[in-house]
Amino acid sequence: MKQAFFPVLTVVTALFVLWYGAAVWLNSDWAYDKAKRANVELSFSELVSDTWSQDKPKLPAPHQVAVEIWKTTALKKITSKRSLIYHAWVTLSATLLGFAFGTILGTSLAVGIVYNRTMDMSVMPWVITSQTVPILAVAPMIIVVLNAVGISGLLPKAMISMYLSFFPVVVGMVKGLRSPDAMQLDQMRTWHASASQTFWRLRLPASMPYFFTSLKIAMAASLVGAIVGELPTGAVAGLGARLLAGSYYGQTIQIWSALILAAILAASLVGIIGVLQRVTLKRMGMA
Amino acid sequence: MQDGTQAAQVAAQAPVISARDLDLTFQTNDGPVHALKGVTLDINKGEFVSFIGPSGCGKTTFLRVMADLEQPTGGAISVNEISAEDARKARAYGYVFQAAGLYPWRTIGGNIGLPLEIMGYSKADQAERVKRVLELVELDGFERKFPWQLSGGMQQRASIARALAFDADILLMDEPFGALDEIVRDHLNEQLLKLWARTEKTIAFVTHSIPEAVYLSTKIVVMSPRPGRITDIIDSPLPKERPLEIRDSPEFLEIAHRVRDGLRAGHADV
Repeated sequence: MKQAFFPVLTVVTALFVLWYGAAVWLNSDWAYDKAKRANVELSFSELVSDTWSQDKPKLPAPHQVAVEIWKTTALKKITSKRSLIYHAWVTLSATLLGFAFGTILGTSLAVGIVYNRTMDMSVMPWVITSQTVPILAVAPMIIVVLNAVGISGLLPKAMISMYLSFFPVVVGMVKGLRSPDAMQLDQMRTWHASASQTFWRLRLPASMPYFFTSLKIAMAASLVGAIVGELPTGAVAGLGARLLAGSYYGQTIQIWSALILAAILAASLVGIIGVLQRVTLKRMGMA
Repeated sequence: MQDGTQAAQVAAQAPVISARDLDLTFQTNDGPVHALKGVTLDINKGEFVSFIGPSGCGKTTFLRVMADLEQPTGGAISVNEISAEDARKARAYGYVFQAAGLYPWRTIGGNIGLPLEIMGYSKADQAERVKRVLELVELDGFERKFPWQLSGGMQQRASIARALAFDADILLMDEPFGALDEIVRDHLNEQLLKLWARTEKTIAFVTHSIPEAVYLSTKIVVMSPRPGRITDIIDSPLPKERPLEIRDSPEFLEIAHRVRDGLRAGHADV
């Protein structure tokens, strides 16, 4: 931890310097325009302070985003439609549901692929094809179709999350369930173990390191899925809806604060899985 | 009545493992590989048989055929007077692989209990058997340790304990000490002989070390490659009681010499 502190601090500082610099550069046009219309000359310090405090900057400065996040989280009631916590929760619930579906679907497909020759030969190409279709094109169709059969709200978004998150789970789990070597499988044969005994006692425990790695990717993909699911559907709540509303009205600060919150959310979710992974694998003697 | 005792005697004399004219050909991209050709051998109850030969001579393949991990393409094999497959399903043998292959997520006790769990032994029976075989391989007190906490030699002993746990009469061992250093190997050889004397199991043991084969065995089977076949079968005149020093005796050296000659002859006609 201690060793990582200074390198991390250096990188973060560098990023902030770049960000502030870019804010001056990108927002300077508007600052000069205003100054020209008012017929005043801008000194450098005036230019800087203006570019860092515009209402609708091309690139908001970090402190503007921070203030916006503070105002829309700590200073708003959670039930308020203006609270980012509320919107984050809407997205999070779809993310978690989709993640759960994706994990179950991905694991089941992987088990099928490992144990069934027909599935082994046929499923993987379809799984890969499913991921080459742009999700932005598929998402509205999923929403419309599900809406037509009377399903709306949380579930359609969770479906889109599932669509993105089952993929890393399938790929990881196929690899994980196949990770026991020939000797270990022969060993099971010498004991005349049944297929289910081999699965529960050898293949599944052996796949755990792969499982957790897959879950991390699936969780991130799941969040992207939930946000994408909110974009084309005219959703009124969720981080995706905030992004869309922000872009309609040129509220760049709002967009960036939603983005940052999504990033924090993703980092925390992946972090939680990382902790679970460490604890589990340590208890299994595999880390 | 007399007929009955005679039949029992015949049964007692019948070989535990009997191979008749075994052929095994692997089809590979480079054409067929004759792993075994015309292999005929009987292993009697309580024998310690070593298989020695250069790599590719089929010694491991032969052991795997006995274990029903490989199907012969010709000839016949019986284990305990039934087919190798039925013997495997009846859990007639314990198999010790080249690597210990302990599961890292199970303790030593859990690893040894694994076949017992699979075979449906009761919890109490499992615990008792694990304790007993751990004593047999001198690992008592290590039951709750994880594999990574043990040295390579200890791990291999644990894997032998695992093969012994369900009381199979036959022990098939595929170069179990191949990856260990000389000193550990000597020690394990001594222990294995003691264990064999105590349990009276029939042991088939694959090795590529001449001293190991001569030191352990009552019968040494010399094999040679392309096609894999038996070139010599040596019955050892050494007594059952074998201190490590026996390796300097003239009898020992004589057998070792004969094995070496057999191996060389096998190589010469390739």
